[in-house]
Amino acid sequence: MSQLVFIAFQDNDNARYLAEAIMEDNPEAELQHQPAMIRIQAEKRLVINRETMEEKLGREWDVQEMLIDVISIGGNVDEDDDHFILQWN
Amino acid sequence: MSIEIKTNSVEPIRHTYGHIARRFGDKPATRYQEASYDIEAKTNFHYRPQWDSEHTLNDPMRTAIRMEDWYAVTDPRQFYYGAYVGNRAKMQEAAETSFGFCEKRNLLTRLPEETQKQLLRLLVPLRHVELGANMNNSKIAGDATATTVSQMHIYTGMDRLGIGQYLSRIALMIDGSTGAGLDESKGYWMDDDLWQPMRKLVEDTLVVEDWFELTLAQNVLMDGLMYPLVYDKMDAWFESQGAEDVSMLTEFMRDWYKESLRWTNAMLKVVAGESDANRELLQKWIDHWEPQAYAALKPLAQASAGVESLDEARAELATRLKKCGLQSQGVSA
Repeated sequence: MSQLVFIAFQDNDNARYLAEAIMEDNPEAELQHQPAMIRIQAEKRLVINRETMEEKLGREWDVQEMLIDVISIGGNVDEDDDHFILQWN
Repeated sequence: MSIEIKTNSVEPIRHTYGHIARRFGDKPATRYQEASYDIEAKTNFHYRPQWDSEHTLNDPMRTAIRMEDWYAVTDPRQFYYGAYVGNRAKMQEAAETSFGFCEKRNLLTRLPEETQKQLLRLLVPLRHVELGANMNNSKIAGDATATTVSQMHIYTGMDRLGIGQYLSRIALMIDGSTGAGLDESKGYWMDDDLWQPMRKLVEDTLVVEDWFELTLAQNVLMDGLMYPLVYDKMDAWFESQGAEDVSMLTEFMRDWYKESLRWTNAMLKVVAGESDANRELLQKWIDHWEPQAYAALKPLAQASAGVESLDEARAELATRLKKCGLQSQGVSA
């Protein structure tokens, strides 16, 4: 059985940076542009790195800022100051 | 009767503006990209402007620096108008709190008279330097070609006006808003020997024609020595004079300078890296302006934190320039 983890964002200016950062850190992930929504899914594991986001945004970024744009997630969450990781344990 | 619900998704015909798509491809663009790239007109100018018959409008020949594409110089902070204003509103709010606190507690008026005089003599006259920086950055914003470059400079110009106003408010806080402190500090700027080299330097930069020479002289060399000296070393010295509360009122300047280093460094790196000709030209301008900036700040350093503080600032600047393959007379530590 395939084990997909996914995260869906509202399609807005913030989320485009997030999508770009996620695709850079997770090259095997699949990005779907749906109406008003960006959905990113991957086999087993998806990671968001603070460092990559800060580089893309050009400013300091708190991992929790992401939650403003999140619609839904699928997977177990492992979160600290530097990462937000989705995976099936 | 059964109803079948079907979702139908529509692929947009275009994801962004044509000029942005030509540069980055047809995908959703960031606000910064949409607000900054390929905005200004480049072709089909019918007449030369009456105020400058040598050049066309948006003429890249207004500086001797040559770039294949000036849009290679971008803002690492990605400031377009909205992002810039939002960011500065936040910084201003913090600064207002500090000013309000100092005013309420009379933190400046209870300082000894001698210390108040030192603030008016050594710190407040810098508001005239800030106004010069405002005018210089406005000129650069007017002459630079790419919007990514001109917007960084006009924002900096506005920042400098704000910094000038904060310095003025320090004087107003000392004199109880009568304006006597401002008059006194202007007197030092006009007549005190301490300030004359700096005043000359500011006035000299006001008539520099080449806008990139001007941004180098103003935003990299003068500021590169002045901000570490005044808001770092001199700040510590004021603290030793019992005026540590002033640090609250200059915190904006420290935060601002730290942030502005990001775009000045990025700009210098791209321009110096473009070609050897650019680098040689930058080197020539550094050799011309850096010693002048040093000499202009020397009397101020002597009267406050000491010349060795200025030398430290000079070494910091030298290290920064070295990263772009440029040299200055500062001795790297």
